[in-house]
Amino acid sequence: MNSLSPTWLASLVRFIRRRPLGAAGGAIILVMIIAAALASVIAPHDPLETNYAALFKPPSPEFWLGTDGFGRDAFSRLLYGARTALFVGFSASFLGAAIGVVIGITSAYAGGNIDLFIERIMDVFLSFPIIVLALAIVAVLGGGIVNLIFAITIPFIPRTARVIRSSALVIRQMPYVDAAHSIGSPDARIIFRHILPNVMAPFLVMLTAFQGQAILLEASLSFLGLGVAEPTPAWGLMLRGAAVTFAERAPWMGFFPGFAISLSVFAFNLLGDSLRDALDPRLRL
Amino acid sequence: MQKYILTRLLLMIPTLLGVAILIFLLLRVIPGDIVELRYAGTSSYVPQETIDQERALLGLNKPLWEQFWNWIAGILRFDFGTSMWTGRAITYEVAIRLELSLQLAMMATLIAVILSIPLGTLAALKQDTWVDYAIRIFSIAGLAMPSFWLGILMILALLILFQWLPPILFTSLWVDPVKNLSQMILPALAVGYRYSAVATRMTRSTMLEVMREDYMRTARAKGVRERFVVMRHGLQNAILPVVTVIGLEFAFLLGGLVVTEQVFNLNGIGQLFVQAVTRRDYTLTQGLVLLVSFVFIFVNFVIDLLYSFLDPRIRYQ
Repeated sequence: MNSLSPTWLASLVRFIRRRPLGAAGGAIILVMIIAAALASVIAPHDPLETNYAALFKPPSPEFWLGTDGFGRDAFSRLLYGARTALFVGFSASFLGAAIGVVIGITSAYAGGNIDLFIERIMDVFLSFPIIVLALAIVAVLGGGIVNLIFAITIPFIPRTARVIRSSALVIRQMPYVDAAHSIGSPDARIIFRHILPNVMAPFLVMLTAFQGQAILLEASLSFLGLGVAEPTPAWGLMLRGAAVTFAERAPWMGFFPGFAISLSVFAFNLLGDSLRDALDPRLRL
Repeated sequence: MQKYILTRLLLMIPTLLGVAILIFLLLRVIPGDIVELRYAGTSSYVPQETIDQERALLGLNKPLWEQFWNWIAGILRFDFGTSMWTGRAITYEVAIRLELSLQLAMMATLIAVILSIPLGTLAALKQDTWVDYAIRIFSIAGLAMPSFWLGILMILALLILFQWLPPILFTSLWVDPVKNLSQMILPALAVGYRYSAVATRMTRSTMLEVMREDYMRTARAKGVRERFVVMRHGLQNAILPVVTVIGLEFAFLLGGLVVTEQVFNLNGIGQLFVQAVTRRDYTLTQGLVLLVSFVFIFVNFVIDLLYSFLDPRIRYQ
């Protein structure tokens, strides 16, 4: 471990130097993760505590970002909302990308009719806009965080599978795979030792890129009332309460949650872009 | 070429059939149908008989395969069925909203093209300068800002600064252009900004690739004016993937604006979809999903054909 960490640190420093935008994104994400992890320590109020003496209060020393229609502290809800966003975002994009890798490699390695069959199925899933598919799934299954994660995972699977399949097809033709075959390596060894490590770059890039999209999807579905259910703090839900009807009474309610969504998606996209440039510049997402 | 077009058109059939099966089953795996939902709202007791009757009326008591067959057989006769909730033909429900969705999609596309191609090219030409960074930040921000939040901000700003709200009821462009545009310009901007962000990034990255090509150097070496090098040798070769992105986004806009339409209170296809889905209106949801995915697949196909038109080197067999 001791011999490993200096190189690891060195490549981190190099990444920060060469790709300042990506590093900035990474820093924002780090702050977000810390804020989410320490939400219970930082938050000045309980995010679920209603206070009918303080409805629609503008930002003040007691309520930093004001309160909503139930008198709940917006700042505390924002912090806990980061937990929801990160949890849903990470679970959905990790599951989607991981299942996509399995399907993509299987498809490329098996070839022939299996490949053709899997491709047709993926075509079916790719012929919906992401939000339409997610919305249909969540509407059928009902709201709640687990269903929401499932609904966001599904559209990510074929998109990863596509990209991984095309990378794996190229790798399969490589001389070292032929060599492995000819010395009698079993398929499992070829897949795990030769193919899998070589598709890690596109996997990582897709994972980061999905992260932002997943947060955006979670917010959109929650905003429509089909995602995270009240009273769980979620950014999209906070905006739901703050539509035009609230505009005249509490404009600040419409600002901060949207800013939090944008900032976090922005950060993940910056990081994803730089990772792509560094790891796999020809990949187009 | 004709053979290629025919093959592609035929290949759409299994995909669309897959979509149909998927959405059909998805809607029916979970208990609770439209009849139950309709009576759940009324607190009075409803006898089982009434529920059964209603179900029979909607054909929900038949076995699944028969329901599916009736649906598909109808589509083959261009009969998409009637909405279970409103009782009107699905083609009618779509038709009355199509003008709005189509107009919004076209306005957003126009805004996106006007913004993205010059910005993307500029960013590529000035790579790694502050111009490039500014354009990249502008476009990544466009991807990050949910269009519903952008919509909320716009409405808030107008309300606070000018005490003005966009009109609520949709007026056709042909009836009253001013009223129509004053309602549509905000959603078009909110959507168009995001759309332009996608296209700007694509333009930039393909331009960067093209600029490293030998023929660019040759063109400069033989003294072609810079403007001409960029426009004719560069942009024309870089535009292909941008066309794809623009086409795909356009297809998406026709059916996927579920959230934006909600914010601006626009009664378009996206809004209809949300209503259909939340009311468990099987027939309407099925019809819309099939429609949206058909448009998606079809636009993909048109883009591929456009490719061989824009780049004569590409020939399909």
